Amino acid sequence: MLGKLTWAALPLHDPIPLITSLAVFGLVACVLGLVTLKGWWPYLWREWITSVDHKRIGVMYIVLALVMLLRGFSDAIMMRSQLALAEGLHQGYLPPDHYDQIFSAHGTIMIFFVAMTFMIGLMNFVLPLQLGVRDVAFPVLNSVSFWLTCSGVLLVNVSLFIGVFARTGWLAYPPLSELAYSPDVGVDYYLWALQISGIGSLLTGINFVTTILKMRAPGMSYWRMPIFCWTALASSLLIVAAFPILTATFAMLLLDRYLGMHFFTNDMGGNAMMYINLIWAWGHPEVYILILPAFGVFSEVIATFSGKPVFGYRSMVIATMAICVLSFMVWLHHFFTMGAGADVNGFFGVMTMIIAVPTGVKVFNWLFTLYGGRVRFNVPLLWSLGFMVTFTIGGMTGVLLAVPPADFVLHNSLFLVAHFHNVVIGGVIFGAMAGYNYWFPKAFGFTLDERLGKASFWCWLIGFYLAFMPLYALGLMGATRRMQHYDNPQWQPLMLIAALGALVILIGILLQIAQLIVSIRTRDRRCDVTGDPWNGRTLEWSTASPPPSYNYAVLPEVSGADAYWHMKQDGNTPTASPDYKPIEVPRNNPIGIMLAFFAVMSGFALVWHIWWMAIAGLVCVFAALMVFAWREDTHEEISANDLATSDRNHHRGVQPA
Amino acid sequence: MIAAAIEAHPVSGAMAPGHGDGGPAPIRIIVSFGFWVFLLSDIVMFSALFAAYAVLQGHTAGGPTGRQLFNLRHVAIETGCLLTSSFTCGLLTLSADARSKAGIYLAATATLVLGASFLGIEISEFAGMVARGAVPSRSAFLSAFFTLVGTHGLHVTAGLIWLLVMLAQVATRGFRPATMRRLGCFALFWHALDIVWVALFSVVYLMGMG
Repeated sequence: MLGKLTWAALPLHDPIPLITSLAVFGLVACVLGLVTLKGWWPYLWREWITSVDHKRIGVMYIVLALVMLLRGFSDAIMMRSQLALAEGLHQGYLPPDHYDQIFSAHGTIMIFFVAMTFMIGLMNFVLPLQLGVRDVAFPVLNSVSFWLTCSGVLLVNVSLFIGVFARTGWLAYPPLSELAYSPDVGVDYYLWALQISGIGSLLTGINFVTTILKMRAPGMSYWRMPIFCWTALASSLLIVAAFPILTATFAMLLLDRYLGMHFFTNDMGGNAMMYINLIWAWGHPEVYILILPAFGVFSEVIATFSGKPVFGYRSMVIATMAICVLSFMVWLHHFFTMGAGADVNGFFGVMTMIIAVPTGVKVFNWLFTLYGGRVRFNVPLLWSLGFMVTFTIGGMTGVLLAVPPADFVLHNSLFLVAHFHNVVIGGVIFGAMAGYNYWFPKAFGFTLDERLGKASFWCWLIGFYLAFMPLYALGLMGATRRMQHYDNPQWQPLMLIAALGALVILIGILLQIAQLIVSIRTRDRRCDVTGDPWNGRTLEWSTASPPPSYNYAVLPEVSGADAYWHMKQDGNTPTASPDYKPIEVPRNNPIGIMLAFFAVMSGFALVWHIWWMAIAGLVCVFAALMVFAWREDTHEEISANDLATSDRNHHRGVQPA
Repeated sequence: MIAAAIEAHPVSGAMAPGHGDGGPAPIRIIVSFGFWVFLLSDIVMFSALFAAYAVLQGHTAGGPTGRQLFNLRHVAIETGCLLTSSFTCGLLTLSADARSKAGIYLAATATLVLGASFLGIEISEFAGMVARGAVPSRSAFLSAFFTLVGTHGLHVTAGLIWLLVMLAQVATRGFRPATMRRLGCFALFWHALDIVWVALFSVVYLMGMG
């Protein structure tokens, strides 16, 4: 009846997972109880859960990413403290079996549910506003994508309480991830969670590509699109081209595990290296899926806070699209040690160095944008400057690793761990934070506290260097990754500094939470009625903050790049229109959360081999789709009167009489 | 929503919608374009399975090879069914354009019958192999074979279910714009499955026998 699921799946004898489980359950119960007591459910259901508004969905993505950042970061603190202790005779407090789950969960959560989720959230919120349109191409599909991502998050986190998580690292390499060596449900949780959220990501990619290529304000030709839209386009194209490879690869591993097939097994002709090739054919584009939108954020922030158009707009676009193509030609540098031979390794080494060139072009463009500008050192700009220094260091160590002989020495060492945290934290996370501080006033109508924001930035920056520079040295000294214990006493001082760095980052995170709370409590003082608190350049700053559900009462007319900046320069900003026409907007739709619920049901059932429940989940998915297909009244009209009232209010805010 | 946006900017139809000057494209174009992008992603997924098949083709682990298992005559009939169903699917599109319910039912029935025949032959072929001990877990080659061909078969199954649903939509709802757009997407999907089959036929069966 319940497949492999028994009471033994609960962590009743392991104190750490047990206490964590109880704490998380308590917290979730408190939140749900509060929502129920306060009677917030109807509001949440109407305004958020069933909303198909890209701005609401974007905000929910970012909230999800921030919550998952806390989860992934607690894993990080546990690993750093374990390694600070576990030298020589000291074994630390985490047994290897648990430690393996922690680093696997840390990588999986940070890449899929923090970095990716945050970037998709920013793109969701910003893209239609910057393009001057009212929503993405497929608003309901957008909600489905979000809720499928939540399904993945839920499954990964359920593994903490019921059963185990994978012990195979964040990419689950076979043969270790095959049934023969990982017979429990850890790898199955990993695979089904990522299959489900991967469908969400793919649908998002399709949605954004269609939005950017087919829905832009009148006059917005390709060469007039903001850089963030270009980078979002490149990132979305990569999602469309790369995620299906991940789906196919995971499907093959699932077939190996569930039907006894032999794609990646050691026996019967299987080939484990094929998995590693396929997963990196997705995995390398994936890192550009993450970093390109961050590049877009920095381009917007640096131009805005320098009061100048971005330097070398066209070279920036060409560099972005060059990275988009080249990202598919470097995957083998993740495993030079496979032994493909000097020619193959040489080719991929050279390609890897070449892909650094367009990235270098971008760094120079940002420098020249700052040069001669009226630079305002607000929080988003600080994150951007921190990024430029940190990411450049990470890029250089990356070029170092691109040299195959050097890579043979450094492969799977802490040097590599330091390198990719250098680019992912210094690039993606800093970009996420810059974007969060930059667009927050657009989403909520008030700015975030600058003082706490700056304090948080400095903690993150200093904490990052303290945590990861020692890892470069440790890697060169021979310390490997995924190591739970070591015998070399010389490593311990560096491990202690790295743990200290993690603590400083923790203070940065706490300061960010404080920044949010303080800003909300003092929102009356930091209210922005103009919709344009930073003297922005692109269209999103021309509408109210927070924007109405339809974004623009009248679609803006675009006559050049930096559309809103030119409108302001020419004294030609949008004003209240003499006559408004009614518009149609899509109605709320509960299909997203319904599909996600059934996906969790099926996913959980598949993990535990509860076949009847898996089939029931799929039947429910089909039924829900049929209800959706026969739904009447998918749109509602916003009357010309309502449009006129809200739009005139906004314009009164911009030009106080 | 989009239709209203177009009304607000009457120039859009005349000025290459979606290329910047005219504002957002009409919803019909947005939907088919989005579906095209989905189909491309689906083809990328197939290409990963093709790559796996190419790598594992010779890894028979002492088990049966493709030459011993494949029956080109059956595969030729399968191919005939699927290619003809593409033609009847084209007739379906023409009937939809002509708003002819009878035409739609006729063409859809032909497509359903041909698609189901394709599936029937494929299933009996698979069953024959399994009866001879050539099961997916026998060797890496057979894993890759059953997965690649089976994934295409699952797509055909999904297409048949989709077509049945579309018939129900046409019967209950008539020629609404949303129904017409969905029929258009179905046609794109069905033709794309043909393209995948042509690649599959060549790579798996013809090259496997050669």
